[in-house]
Amino acid sequence: MGIAWRRARLLERRSQTATARTLVLTAPDWPGHLPGQHVDVRLTADDGYQAVRSYSLAAPADGDRIELGVQAVDGGEVSPYLTDGLPVGAEVEVRGPLGNWFVWRAEQTEPALLVAGGSGVVPLTAMVRAHRAARSRGPLHLLYSVRSPEDVWYRDHLADGDPLLDVRIMYTRQAPPGSVRPPGRITTADLDEATARLKPASPVYVCGPTGFVEAVDNLLIDRGRDPVTIRTERFG
Amino acid sequence: MADATTQLDGNCLAGPLSEILSVEPTTAWWRCPECARSGPLAELHVYGPEPGLTARCPGCAHIALRLVREGEHIWLTMGGGTGAFRFATSP
Ligand SMILES: Cc1cc2nc3c(=O)[nH]c(=O)nc-3n(C[C@H](O)[C@H](O)[C@H](O)COP(=O)(O)OP(=O)(O)OC[C@H]3O[C@@H](n4cnc5c(N)ncnc54)[C@H](O)[C@@H]3O)c2cc1C
Ligand SMILES: [Zn+2]
Repeated sequence: MGIAWRRARLLERRSQTATARTLVLTAPDWPGHLPGQHVDVRLTADDGYQAVRSYSLAAPADGDRIELGVQAVDGGEVSPYLTDGLPVGAEVEVRGPLGNWFVWRAEQTEPALLVAGGSGVVPLTAMVRAHRAARSRGPLHLLYSVRSPEDVWYRDHLADGDPLLDVRIMYTRQAPPGSVRPPGRITTADLDEATARLKPASPVYVCGPTGFVEAVDNLLIDRGRDPVTIRTERFG
Repeated sequence: MADATTQLDGNCLAGPLSEILSVEPTTAWWRCPECARSGPLAELHVYGPEPGLTARCPGCAHIALRLVREGEHIWLTMGGGTGAFRFATSP
Protein backbone atom coordinates (compact mmCIF):
# COMPACT_ATOMS: atom_id res chain seq x y z
CA MET A 1 0.00 0.00 0.00
CA GLY A 2 0.95 3.62 -0.01
CA ILE A 3 2.48 6.20 -2.23
CA ALA A 4 5.90 5.03 -3.29
CA TRP A 5 9.08 6.96 -2.72
CA ARG A 6 10.66 7.86 -6.01
CA ARG A 7 14.05 9.27 -6.85
CA ALA A 8 14.12 12.89 -7.93
CA ARG A 9 17.14 14.67 -9.36
CA LEU A 10 17.95 18.32 -8.70
CA LEU A 11 18.00 20.05 -12.10
CA GLU A 12 18.31 23.64 -11.14
CA ARG A 13 18.49 25.93 -8.12
CA ARG A 14 17.54 29.61 -8.17
CA SER A 15 17.73 32.19 -5.38
CA GLN A 16 14.49 33.79 -4.28
CA THR A 17 15.97 35.74 -1.38
CA ALA A 18 19.24 35.57 0.55
CA THR A 19 18.00 32.44 2.32
CA ALA A 20 15.26 31.00 0.09
CA ARG A 21 15.70 28.93 -3.04
CA THR A 22 13.62 27.51 -5.81
CA LEU A 23 14.56 23.89 -6.44
CA VAL A 24 13.57 22.39 -9.76
CA LEU A 25 13.64 18.60 -9.69
CA THR A 26 12.82 15.93 -12.16
CA ALA A 27 10.82 13.02 -10.80
CA PRO A 28 10.44 10.26 -13.41
CA ASP A 29 6.83 9.18 -14.01
CA TRP A 30 5.48 11.99 -11.85
CA PRO A 31 1.68 11.53 -11.89
CA GLY A 32 0.87 15.26 -11.81
CA HIS A 33 -0.62 17.26 -8.94
CA LEU A 34 -3.04 19.99 -7.94
CA PRO A 35 -1.96 23.46 -6.83
CA GLY A 36 -1.67 23.46 -3.04
CA GLN A 37 -0.41 19.89 -2.74
CA HIS A 38 2.93 19.00 -1.18
CA VAL A 39 5.58 16.28 -1.29
CA ASP A 40 7.53 14.63 1.45
CA VAL A 41 11.27 14.78 0.80
CA ARG A 42 13.48 12.06 2.26
CA LEU A 43 17.23 12.36 2.70
CA THR A 44 19.38 9.36 3.58
CA ALA A 45 22.84 9.78 5.08
CA ASP A 46 25.71 7.37 4.35
CA ASP A 47 25.10 5.67 7.69
CA GLY A 48 21.45 5.05 6.82
CA TYR A 49 20.00 7.84 8.97
CA GLN A 50 16.93 9.31 7.31
CA ALA A 51 15.15 12.63 7.63
CA VAL A 52 11.76 13.43 6.10
CA ARG A 53 10.24 16.91 5.67
CA SER A 54 7.24 18.24 3.78
CA TYR A 55 7.56 20.86 1.02
CA SER A 56 4.79 22.42 -1.02
CA LEU A 57 4.80 22.31 -4.79
CA ALA A 58 5.38 25.81 -6.15
CA ALA A 59 4.28 25.32 -9.74
CA PRO A 60 1.37 23.65 -11.51
CA ALA A 61 1.94 20.18 -12.96
CA ASP A 62 4.49 20.12 -15.79
CA GLY A 63 5.41 16.57 -16.85
CA ASP A 64 8.22 15.17 -14.74
CA ARG A 65 9.34 18.55 -13.44
CA ILE A 66 8.42 19.63 -9.95
CA GLU A 67 9.34 22.86 -8.29
CA LEU A 68 9.81 23.44 -4.56
CA GLY A 69 10.43 26.66 -2.63
CA VAL A 70 12.56 26.16 0.44
CA GLN A 71 13.39 28.63 3.19
CA ALA A 72 16.62 27.86 5.08
CA VAL A 73 15.61 27.72 8.74
CA ASP A 74 18.31 28.77 11.22
CA GLY A 75 19.64 25.66 12.93
CA GLY A 76 17.36 23.45 10.85
CA GLU A 77 18.48 19.97 9.92
CA VAL A 78 17.09 19.62 6.40
CA SER A 79 16.23 23.02 4.93
CA PRO A 80 19.75 24.56 4.90
CA TYR A 81 21.00 21.44 3.16
CA LEU A 82 18.30 21.71 0.50
CA THR A 83 18.87 25.44 -0.04
CA ASP A 84 22.67 25.37 -0.19
CA GLY A 85 24.12 21.89 0.24
CA LEU A 86 22.49 19.44 -2.15
CA PRO A 87 24.53 19.53 -5.39
CA VAL A 88 22.80 20.07 -8.71
CA GLY A 89 22.51 16.64 -10.32
CA ALA A 90 22.19 14.86 -6.98
CA GLU A 91 19.15 12.81 -6.01
CA VAL A 92 16.73 12.83 -3.11
CA GLU A 93 13.57 10.78 -2.64
CA VAL A 94 10.13 12.32 -2.90
CA ARG A 95 6.68 10.97 -2.07
CA GLY A 96 3.58 12.59 -3.47
CA PRO A 97 1.55 14.38 -4.50
CA LEU A 98 0.08 14.64 -1.01
CA GLY A 99 -3.00 16.33 0.41
CA ASN A 100 -6.32 16.89 -1.35
CA TRP A 101 -7.71 19.37 1.17
CA PHE A 102 -5.52 22.43 0.78
CA VAL A 103 -5.99 22.66 -3.00
CA TRP A 104 -7.45 25.08 -5.49
CA ARG A 105 -9.07 23.70 -8.61
CA ALA A 106 -9.36 25.54 -11.92
CA GLU A 107 -13.12 24.82 -11.98
CA GLN A 108 -13.55 27.09 -8.97
CA THR A 109 -14.94 30.38 -10.25
CA GLU A 110 -15.80 32.15 -6.99
CA PRO A 111 -13.33 34.88 -6.00
CA ALA A 112 -10.77 33.45 -3.58
CA LEU A 113 -8.52 35.00 -0.98
CA LEU A 114 -5.00 33.69 -0.44
CA VAL A 115 -3.14 34.77 2.70
CA ALA A 116 0.56 33.95 2.92
CA GLY A 117 3.09 34.43 5.67
CA GLY A 118 6.72 34.02 4.57
CA SER A 119 7.35 30.63 2.94
CA GLY A 120 3.58 30.01 3.07
CA VAL A 121 3.53 31.75 -0.28
CA VAL A 122 4.79 28.55 -1.97
CA PRO A 123 1.52 26.60 -2.38
CA LEU A 124 -0.39 29.83 -2.94
CA THR A 125 1.95 30.71 -5.81
CA ALA A 126 1.17 27.34 -7.37
CA MET A 127 -2.50 28.37 -7.18
CA VAL A 128 -1.77 31.75 -8.77
CA ARG A 129 0.23 30.13 -11.57
CA ALA A 130 -2.42 27.47 -12.17
CA HIS A 131 -5.11 30.16 -12.19
CA ARG A 132 -3.27 32.00 -14.94
CA ALA A 133 -2.48 28.85 -16.93
CA ALA A 134 -6.16 27.86 -16.87
CA ARG A 135 -7.30 31.41 -17.72
CA SER A 136 -9.66 31.04 -14.80
CA ARG A 137 -12.33 33.72 -14.51
CA GLY A 138 -12.58 33.94 -10.73
CA PRO A 139 -10.45 36.74 -9.27
CA LEU A 140 -7.71 35.85 -6.79
CA HIS A 141 -6.64 38.21 -4.05
CA LEU A 142 -3.29 37.52 -2.44
CA LEU A 143 -2.25 39.07 0.86
CA TYR A 144 1.40 38.32 1.43
CA SER A 145 3.17 39.16 4.67
CA VAL A 146 6.98 39.47 4.66
CA ARG A 147 9.51 41.23 6.85
CA SER A 148 11.05 43.57 4.30
CA PRO A 149 11.23 44.11 0.53
CA GLU A 150 14.26 41.77 0.34
CA ASP A 151 12.10 38.92 1.60
CA VAL A 152 9.61 38.86 -1.28
CA TRP A 153 9.62 35.60 -3.25
CA TYR A 154 8.29 35.03 -6.77
CA ARG A 155 8.19 38.67 -7.87
CA ASP A 156 7.91 37.57 -11.52
CA HIS A 157 4.98 35.28 -10.88
CA LEU A 158 3.06 37.61 -8.64
CA ALA A 159 3.31 40.93 -10.47
CA ASP A 160 2.58 40.89 -14.16
CA GLY A 161 -0.49 43.05 -14.58
CA ASP A 162 -3.02 40.20 -14.59
CA PRO A 163 -6.32 42.02 -13.96
CA LEU A 164 -7.79 39.03 -12.14
CA LEU A 165 -4.92 38.86 -9.67
CA ASP A 166 -4.67 41.42 -6.92
CA VAL A 167 -1.50 41.14 -4.86
CA ARG A 168 -1.03 43.13 -1.70
CA ILE A 169 2.29 42.82 0.10
CA MET A 170 2.29 43.61 3.80
CA TYR A 171 5.66 44.39 5.37
CA THR A 172 6.07 43.61 9.03
CA ARG A 173 9.43 45.29 9.79
CA GLN A 174 10.46 47.55 6.96
CA ALA A 175 8.29 48.82 4.12
CA PRO A 176 9.67 50.24 0.88
CA PRO A 177 9.79 54.05 0.61
CA GLY A 178 6.44 55.53 -0.26
CA SER A 179 4.36 52.74 1.26
CA VAL A 180 1.06 53.92 2.66
CA ARG A 181 0.66 50.98 5.04
CA PRO A 182 2.97 51.31 8.04
CA PRO A 183 5.09 48.23 8.73
CA GLY A 184 3.38 45.80 11.07
CA ARG A 185 1.65 42.49 11.39
CA ILE A 186 -1.52 41.72 9.50
CA THR A 187 -4.57 43.41 11.00
CA THR A 188 -8.33 43.30 10.61
CA ALA A 189 -8.06 46.37 8.37
CA ASP A 190 -5.86 44.43 5.93
CA LEU A 191 -8.39 41.60 5.88
CA ASP A 192 -11.54 43.76 5.75
CA GLU A 193 -10.62 45.23 2.40
CA ALA A 194 -9.82 41.82 0.94
CA THR A 195 -12.79 39.96 2.39
CA ALA A 196 -15.20 42.71 1.22
CA ARG A 197 -14.58 41.46 -2.32
CA LEU A 198 -15.44 37.86 -1.51
CA LYS A 199 -18.76 36.06 -1.69
CA PRO A 200 -20.02 34.44 1.51
CA ALA A 201 -18.97 31.00 0.30
CA SER A 202 -15.67 32.10 -1.27
CA PRO A 203 -12.73 30.04 -0.09
CA VAL A 204 -9.90 31.58 1.90
CA TYR A 205 -6.55 29.78 1.90
CA VAL A 206 -4.14 30.64 4.71
CA CYS A 207 -0.60 29.28 4.81
CA GLY A 208 2.55 30.01 6.74
CA PRO A 209 4.15 29.51 10.13
CA THR A 210 1.76 28.15 12.76
CA GLY A 211 1.57 31.45 14.68
CA PHE A 212 0.74 33.39 11.55
CA VAL A 213 -1.96 30.94 10.44
CA GLU A 214 -3.51 30.96 13.89
CA ALA A 215 -3.58 34.78 14.01
CA VAL A 216 -5.16 35.13 10.57
CA ASP A 217 -7.68 32.38 11.28
CA ASN A 218 -8.75 34.16 14.47
CA LEU A 219 -9.00 37.56 12.77
CA LEU A 220 -11.15 36.08 10.02
CA ILE A 221 -13.47 34.35 12.45
CA ASP A 222 -13.72 37.49 14.60
CA ARG A 223 -14.80 39.33 11.46
CA GLY A 224 -17.63 36.84 11.06
CA ARG A 225 -16.15 34.73 8.26
CA ASP A 226 -17.74 31.27 8.19
CA PRO A 227 -14.99 28.88 9.43
CA VAL A 228 -16.11 26.33 6.84
CA THR A 229 -14.76 28.62 4.09
CA ILE A 230 -11.27 28.85 5.62
CA ARG A 231 -8.62 26.30 4.67
CA THR A 232 -5.35 26.44 6.50
CA GLU A 233 -1.93 24.85 6.21
CA ARG A 234 0.58 25.19 9.03
CA PHE A 235 4.28 24.92 8.25
CA GLY A 236 5.35 24.63 11.90
CA MET B 1 8.96 19.06 13.17
CA ALA B 2 11.93 19.45 15.44
CA ASP B 3 10.77 20.29 18.92
CA ALA B 4 8.13 18.55 20.95
CA THR B 5 5.83 21.55 21.05
CA THR B 6 5.59 21.92 17.28
CA GLN B 7 2.05 22.27 16.16
CA LEU B 8 1.13 21.43 12.60
CA ASP B 9 -2.15 20.38 11.09
CA GLY B 10 -3.62 17.30 9.50
CA ASN B 11 -2.16 18.25 6.10
CA CYS B 12 1.15 16.86 7.34
CA LEU B 13 -0.47 13.44 7.96
CA ALA B 14 -1.05 12.90 4.23
CA GLY B 15 2.34 11.27 3.67
CA PRO B 16 2.59 9.15 6.82
CA LEU B 17 -1.02 7.91 6.57
CA SER B 18 -0.58 7.12 2.87
CA GLU B 19 1.69 4.32 4.00
CA ILE B 20 -1.22 2.43 5.53
CA LEU B 21 -4.36 3.81 3.86
CA SER B 22 -5.38 3.47 0.24
CA VAL B 23 -7.53 6.60 0.28
CA GLU B 24 -6.50 10.23 0.53
CA PRO B 25 -6.73 10.90 4.26
CA THR B 26 -6.79 14.71 4.60
CA THR B 27 -10.32 15.12 3.25
CA ALA B 28 -11.74 12.47 5.58
CA TRP B 29 -14.52 13.89 7.74
CA TRP B 30 -14.17 13.50 11.50
CA ARG B 31 -16.52 14.23 14.35
CA CYS B 32 -15.23 14.84 17.85
CA PRO B 33 -16.92 12.57 20.39
CA GLU B 34 -16.12 15.07 23.12
CA CYS B 35 -17.34 18.43 21.82
CA ALA B 36 -19.22 17.35 18.67
CA ARG B 37 -17.15 19.62 16.45
CA SER B 38 -16.65 18.22 12.98
CA GLY B 39 -14.43 18.88 10.01
CA PRO B 40 -11.82 17.35 7.74
CA LEU B 41 -8.79 15.50 9.05
CA ALA B 42 -6.66 18.30 7.51
CA GLU B 43 -7.84 20.65 10.25
CA LEU B 44 -6.86 18.54 13.24
CA HIS B 45 -4.00 19.99 15.25
CA VAL B 46 -0.97 17.76 15.01
CA TYR B 47 1.82 17.66 17.55
CA GLY B 48 5.15 16.06 16.73
CA PRO B 49 7.81 15.40 15.94
CA GLU B 50 8.03 12.18 14.01
CA PRO B 51 8.26 9.32 14.84
CA GLY B 52 5.32 10.11 17.11
CA LEU B 53 2.46 12.30 15.87
CA THR B 54 -0.66 13.10 17.87
CA ALA B 55 -3.69 14.63 16.15
CA ARG B 56 -6.13 16.51 18.37
CA CYS B 57 -9.50 18.19 18.03
CA PRO B 58 -8.97 21.91 17.22
CA GLY B 59 -11.87 22.75 19.52
CA CYS B 60 -11.25 20.80 22.72
CA ALA B 61 -7.89 19.01 22.23
CA HIS B 62 -9.48 15.56 22.50
CA ILE B 63 -7.17 13.03 20.83
CA ALA B 64 -8.34 11.94 17.39
CA LEU B 65 -5.46 9.66 16.55
CA ARG B 66 -1.86 8.82 17.25
CA LEU B 67 0.64 7.61 14.70
CA VAL B 68 3.93 6.18 15.90
CA ARG B 69 6.62 4.80 13.65
CA GLU B 70 8.86 2.08 14.99
CA GLY B 71 11.25 0.55 12.49
CA GLU B 72 9.23 -1.28 9.88
CA HIS B 73 5.99 -0.77 11.77
CA ILE B 74 3.47 1.99 12.17
CA TRP B 75 1.28 2.02 15.22
CA LEU B 76 -2.09 3.70 14.79
CA THR B 77 -4.30 4.50 17.76
CA MET B 78 -7.73 5.90 17.05
CA GLY B 79 -9.26 8.12 19.68
CA GLY B 80 -8.21 8.42 23.28
CA GLY B 81 -7.60 4.79 24.18
CA THR B 82 -9.25 1.99 22.31
CA GLY B 83 -6.26 -0.22 21.59
CA ALA B 84 -3.75 0.22 18.83
CA PHE B 85 -3.41 -1.09 15.30
CA ARG B 86 0.04 -2.10 14.15
CA PHE B 87 0.71 -2.01 10.41
CA ALA B 88 3.77 -3.49 8.77
CA THR B 89 5.22 -1.19 6.15
CA SER B 90 7.51 -2.07 3.31
CA PRO B 91 10.79 -0.11 3.36
C1 LIG C 1 2.48 20.39 4.70
C2 LIG C 1 3.77 21.19 4.88
C3 LIG C 1 4.28 21.92 3.80
C4 LIG C 1 5.47 22.66 3.95
N1 LIG C 1 5.93 23.38 2.87
C5 LIG C 1 7.09 24.10 3.00
C6 LIG C 1 7.58 24.87 1.90
O1 LIG C 1 6.99 24.90 0.81
N2 LIG C 1 8.74 25.57 2.07
C7 LIG C 1 9.43 25.56 3.26
O2 LIG C 1 10.48 26.21 3.34
N3 LIG C 1 8.97 24.84 4.32
C8 LIG C 1 7.83 24.10 4.22
N4 LIG C 1 7.37 23.37 5.29
C9 LIG C 1 8.22 23.28 6.51
C10 LIG C 1 9.27 22.18 6.31
O3 LIG C 1 8.61 20.92 6.25
C11 LIG C 1 10.29 22.08 7.47
O4 LIG C 1 9.62 22.03 8.68
C12 LIG C 1 11.28 23.24 7.48
O5 LIG C 1 11.98 23.28 6.24
C13 LIG C 1 12.27 23.10 8.63
O6 LIG C 1 12.94 21.89 8.51
P1 LIG C 1 14.43 21.73 9.02
O7 LIG C 1 14.78 20.29 8.96
O8 LIG C 1 15.35 22.69 8.33
O9 LIG C 1 14.33 22.21 10.52
P2 LIG C 1 14.23 21.28 11.79
O10 LIG C 1 15.54 20.60 12.02
O11 LIG C 1 13.03 20.43 11.68
O12 LIG C 1 14.05 22.41 12.86
C14 LIG C 1 12.87 23.21 12.91
C15 LIG C 1 13.04 24.28 13.98
O13 LIG C 1 13.46 23.73 15.20
C16 LIG C 1 14.66 24.34 15.61
N5 LIG C 1 15.55 23.31 16.16
C17 LIG C 1 16.10 22.29 15.50
N6 LIG C 1 16.83 21.53 16.32
C18 LIG C 1 16.74 22.09 17.53
C19 LIG C 1 17.27 21.78 18.80
N7 LIG C 1 18.05 20.72 18.99
N8 LIG C 1 16.96 22.58 19.84
C20 LIG C 1 16.15 23.65 19.66
N9 LIG C 1 15.61 23.99 18.48
C21 LIG C 1 15.91 23.23 17.44
C22 LIG C 1 15.30 24.91 14.41
O14 LIG C 1 16.12 26.01 14.72
C23 LIG C 1 14.11 25.31 13.64
O15 LIG C 1 13.65 26.57 14.05
C24 LIG C 1 6.17 22.65 5.18
C25 LIG C 1 5.65 21.92 6.26
C26 LIG C 1 4.46 21.21 6.12
C27 LIG C 1 3.93 20.44 7.30
ZN1 LIG D 1 -13.49 18.33 20.38
